[in-house]
Amino acid sequence: MDITQLSHYQQAIMLLAAMIVLTSFLMLGQSRLLRLVSIFSVQGVLLAITTALAADVLNSPHLYISALLTLSLKGIFIPFMLHRLVVNMGLHRDMETLKNPARVMMGGTGLVVFSYYVCLPIIKLSPLITLNTIAISMAVVLLGMLLMITRRQAVAHVVGFMSIENGLFFAAVVSTYGMPMVVELGIAFDVLVAAILFGVFFFHIRTSIDSLDVDQLNRLSEVEK
Amino acid sequence: MAWLLALLQTLLFISSAPLLAGWLKKVKCRLQNRRAPSIFQPYRDLRKLWKKEPIIAHPASWIFKAAPYVVLSTTVLTASIIPLIAVNLPTAKIADVVVLIGFFALGRFFLALAGMDIGTAFGGMGSSREMTVSSLAEPAMLMAVFTLAMSASTTNLSEAMKYVLDTGLVLRPSFIFAMLGLMLVAVAETGRIPVDNPTTHLELTMIHEAMILEYSGRYLGMIEWASQIKLMIYGVLIANIFFPWGIAQEFTLEALGVGAMALTFKLVVLTVLLSLTEVIFAKMRVFRVQEYLSFAYLLTLLGMLSHIILEVQH
Amino acid sequence: MIAAYLLLFIPLAGMLILSWVNDSHQAGRINIRFNTVALIASLWLAVNVLLQGPILSNTQMIYIDSFNVYLIALTAFVGLTTSIFSGPYMAHEQELGKVGKKRLRLYYTMYQGFMLAMYLVLTTNNMGVMWVAMEGATLATVLLVSLYRTPESVEAAWKYFILCGVGIAQALFGTVLLYFASEQIQGIQENALLWTVLYKNANLLNPSVMSIAFVFLLVGYGTKIGLVPLHNWLPDAHSEGPTPMSAILSGLLLNDALYAVVRCKMLVDGSLGNHQAGNLMMGFGLLSFLVAVLFLHRQHDIKRLFSYSSIEHMGLMTFAFGIGSPWATFAALFHMTTHSLTKSAIFVTVGYASQLAKTQRMEKIRGLIHTQPAIGWGLLMGTVAIAGFPPFGVFASEFLVLIATMDDYPWLTPLLLLGIGIAFAGLFRQIQPMVYGDVPQGQLPIKANLWPVMIHLGIVLCLGLAIPSFLGNWFNQATQLISGKLPL
Repeated sequence: MDITQLSHYQQAIMLLAAMIVLTSFLMLGQSRLLRLVSIFSVQGVLLAITTALAADVLNSPHLYISALLTLSLKGIFIPFMLHRLVVNMGLHRDMETLKNPARVMMGGTGLVVFSYYVCLPIIKLSPLITLNTIAISMAVVLLGMLLMITRRQAVAHVVGFMSIENGLFFAAVVSTYGMPMVVELGIAFDVLVAAILFGVFFFHIRTSIDSLDVDQLNRLSEVEK
Repeated sequence: MAWLLALLQTLLFISSAPLLAGWLKKVKCRLQNRRAPSIFQPYRDLRKLWKKEPIIAHPASWIFKAAPYVVLSTTVLTASIIPLIAVNLPTAKIADVVVLIGFFALGRFFLALAGMDIGTAFGGMGSSREMTVSSLAEPAMLMAVFTLAMSASTTNLSEAMKYVLDTGLVLRPSFIFAMLGLMLVAVAETGRIPVDNPTTHLELTMIHEAMILEYSGRYLGMIEWASQIKLMIYGVLIANIFFPWGIAQEFTLEALGVGAMALTFKLVVLTVLLSLTEVIFAKMRVFRVQEYLSFAYLLTLLGMLSHIILEVQH
Repeated sequence: MIAAYLLLFIPLAGMLILSWVNDSHQAGRINIRFNTVALIASLWLAVNVLLQGPILSNTQMIYIDSFNVYLIALTAFVGLTTSIFSGPYMAHEQELGKVGKKRLRLYYTMYQGFMLAMYLVLTTNNMGVMWVAMEGATLATVLLVSLYRTPESVEAAWKYFILCGVGIAQALFGTVLLYFASEQIQGIQENALLWTVLYKNANLLNPSVMSIAFVFLLVGYGTKIGLVPLHNWLPDAHSEGPTPMSAILSGLLLNDALYAVVRCKMLVDGSLGNHQAGNLMMGFGLLSFLVAVLFLHRQHDIKRLFSYSSIEHMGLMTFAFGIGSPWATFAALFHMTTHSLTKSAIFVTVGYASQLAKTQRMEKIRGLIHTQPAIGWGLLMGTVAIAGFPPFGVFASEFLVLIATMDDYPWLTPLLLLGIGIAFAGLFRQIQPMVYGDVPQGQLPIKANLWPVMIHLGIVLCLGLAIPSFLGNWFNQATQLISGKLPL
């Protein structure tokens, strides 16, 4: 069985999965904060569409609610908040020079292969071909981490963090058709609170080090200065 | 009969290539609010160049004179193996897509040699840049081709197109990535904006034009024609591999007519897209080309990965 | 059952009320009252569970057995004593002008928020809700770590937030896999993530999925335990936050994260039927133990010193749970108790000591016993206890861990002994001059309430002399639950 035997809806889910991973890569290569935030918002919207499609294919109405949650949180609210913060703090002109973007990208593809390798035993369990996307979701998680590692801007770290959440959410949608409702609401609540706290932290960090470059957060270390 | 058709198709291919170039120029002029030359202008240019006496520099060796012939013949041969308006033609069976890339590489090799042959600074610079670009573009192209080959289980273009036709509309993530990657490669390989600008001869930025700066007359005509065919080859490749619908599967007049119409439509759409990007984007610095092409490579690599990860049952 | 609901309701109500109380002295008192009521509720719950066995709520959302009920009681107790300490301590900080009224209101609100998250982690039957509560605990405490708004504290809080956030995201991935494994056997159901359901079907869960899931769960919750190499946030967050925060982070949060890991291990063991999960935990635990022990020697900040000691002890517990034999499990549970009590007592004393010396730098803290004997003795006794000196409970529990290791992995005992020795040297080398050294000029006694310390250390001392039979029973039941056998 391969992709040709799936319905178009399922094919669309696969396609969206691939698009989500592409947005992760685009984020890795993006040096302007505002564009980074917009790509993140695109990822959120893609995720919401995927969830809605899955809700339709699997006939599980509660996924519509999660789709709506994702759209409003990841697609609209958080990007909007980050966008406003970036503009208010005057960071939108900053450009972060990426060291070795090509190498980071290749590292990213390495992570995709790695997550495929890790998830292979899980994928083999089920005859459902849509389960293949679980490797993609793990890749999105790992790419989010890579984004956080390669950046110095606090805003980029938050975007990376949130895209890790996207990957996890995607994993839940494709592998188990969403988590139980109570858990999903809890996670959404946590994400919301985390987003607001991150916003608060931007101001704290800026008042304390006068920039949002987290590389300058280096007072605490094991080596005495 | 089939061989005759193949020959006719090749002739149609190489003869309509200047038309495509003319049309592209026209669309672009319209988009920039300029008055466009007639779409047949490339034919007139070619005829004019053909009539002129070629002037060859003293230090030129036989390579300089042989290069245009090699370039043109490899390009024409490549054109002959690509299904234009019909699949299942005998020429397509002879060679597969790897040969196609090989032909391109051969032509480019000679052109680069010719660029260095005279010993002027520009020629060498152009050659070195061209080889840099192609060394980055070729892996991406190969990757895209392999992705296609893995889905269709063949490297033969005609069979691959037939496979895509037979399976109907399938939303393959790998094809989308491969297509995007191939488009980027096509832009780089045919020397269009944002990688190279075919209309300027500005010393600092030119790539392709720098190599052929010393050519004139008939030789220049051949090279120009070859590059027009090359542009068309990429256009046809993208159009027919990823959207093969309409292409003739049997050799009746009606099917061939439909094939020609469909192809025209697809090429028109593609050229409009290309000219739009040319109008929107500015030319990159030469040093950014590497980033651009590694992005193309990334796309095609993701295409292959998504084929392996997503599209097959384990 | 009512007691369990009450336990969740009390801190929620506390949060709501304290977010309105502007007077910080009064807020401190209210905080104590809420924690007292919560302690009573938890004891009531404990008595219920001990008499009647495990409780499962009608909605199946709450499940309490002898393992978590003992942690609930411990949490409530440490929560109360720390709140008794935190009232005057925070008032003193306010007098010094370190924090304003508004931030104190935030502090007390989030104190209750943190307690709510802890109770939720412990009582919930749903592995997903457990994750949500664990993340909630991070969110509740992250603003408290940066309460003083100094550059260092903001940095510590940011590290804490990012590292724990990313770390615990891995645990969510593990939870998703858990859900997936569960659905494979029973189809899509709302109750597929319930621990009771998972545990009942543990032997049916797919082993390959479960082993992958456990790696993610261990890494995720392990970040919160402070396992090396995911421990970087811990010393920073402990040293820069207000001291009561350090006490409850060390005494409660780390325990509860370990609790989550042990719950997961029980499922994975049932599914795999081998010692793979245990081996992982032993590896991480031993590594954390040894690395932390060595880092003890490099510290200059007194709170950092004791936070590394926390990593050391959490590593030891993880190691013991990893061994998995009844003896080791019993020892780990016992060590959890003694460590929690001792460590929170130490942080309370350390808080007073640094208020007294007006610094947390160890080379500037001198002569505590001369200026204020209570604090000096408290710190000395606490350190003696945590280093594992004989009459105290920590000695007993560490001794049990050593015996259990001797039984199953005799070749690892020398490593543990060596580690304990190095830790002992590291602690005393630093503590001795602080307690006995020359008094710096102008060092004056402060108002300090050392009752919580005395009570904690007293209990630890008693536990070291003899474990009361009801407590022993309790540990036995929990041990049987976790390891499948009684220790004796």
